[in-house]
Amino acid sequence: MSKAVSALDGVTFDGFAKVEETGLRGMITVRGDLASKEMAAAVKAATGAEMPVQRKITSGDKGAVAWMSPDELLVVVDYDAANATVATLTDALKDSHALVANVSDARAVFRLSGDSRRDVLAKLAPVDFSKYAFGAGDIRRSRIAQVSAAVWGNDDGSFEVICFRSVAQYVFDVLQVSAQPGGEVGFH
Amino acid sequence: MLTLQCPYCGVWAEETELHAEGEAHLKRFGPDSDDADFESYLFMRENPKGVHFERWRHASGCGKFFHAARSTTTLEVFGTYSAQTMEPPQDIKDKITAKYPGWSWREFS
Ligand SMILES: [Zn+2]
Repeated sequence: MSKAVSALDGVTFDGFAKVEETGLRGMITVRGDLASKEMAAAVKAATGAEMPVQRKITSGDKGAVAWMSPDELLVVVDYDAANATVATLTDALKDSHALVANVSDARAVFRLSGDSRRDVLAKLAPVDFSKYAFGAGDIRRSRIAQVSAAVWGNDDGSFEVICFRSVAQYVFDVLQVSAQPGGEVGFH
Repeated sequence: MLTLQCPYCGVWAEETELHAEGEAHLKRFGPDSDDADFESYLFMRENPKGVHFERWRHASGCGKFFHAARSTTTLEVFGTYSAQTMEPPQDIKDKITAKYPGWSWREFS
């Protein structure tokens, strides 16, 4: 079997905030009725997490669950656990009108950390990234410069950005330019 | 710059996060319809100075289509609402009436 590698092989950049590609991550798209008890049970079984409410991400002992739209969730687990998690979700939703798809290899993940991480993102997305509007447990789908992406806040204060793998280099490049020393904004 | 609240994810989305999807509440005329209906479905669009109803999509966001009622002259937004409807909700029509008594748009007023 071939060895899976992430899009940019863990590239990092130390600017006025730190940008790192986090490496492979298990990601599963789940669509269905988010209000159903079957869905809540499926999510609980797969990750240990509670069902997230609108624009929130919750976590459990096995992974995290992000609210993506009124009928869509993103389940985030270890890369190696993705296929088993798909099986758990598929089984828990077998009697529901639902879709479960492993999209791990279609994605790239970047972590942003450092005091000025909010400025790095605010230059690239039409989103209020002030600490009053966005923090740990929040997820926001938007765009990073010209491509679609989503950002969530981790408990340690860092942010994680996910995008399509096909635009990983572009997203890393714009994050890098945005975090370049000399480009500090000092707004957030 | 236009800012619309997506009724599906609640985000106040700035225009560049959205995609304009044309006129709202079009009735589709497909195969077997008569030529005049088909032509009007394909090509005939409202182009009002004032109250207008549009379809938008939260393209760089939750991905959902929704409707918006706004004024093309002042850019005032009267409201956004679900795509799963055949006509604007009454509260939005009331809001427009308060500002523009006697307004009409296609079969709505
Ligand atoms: Zn939305």
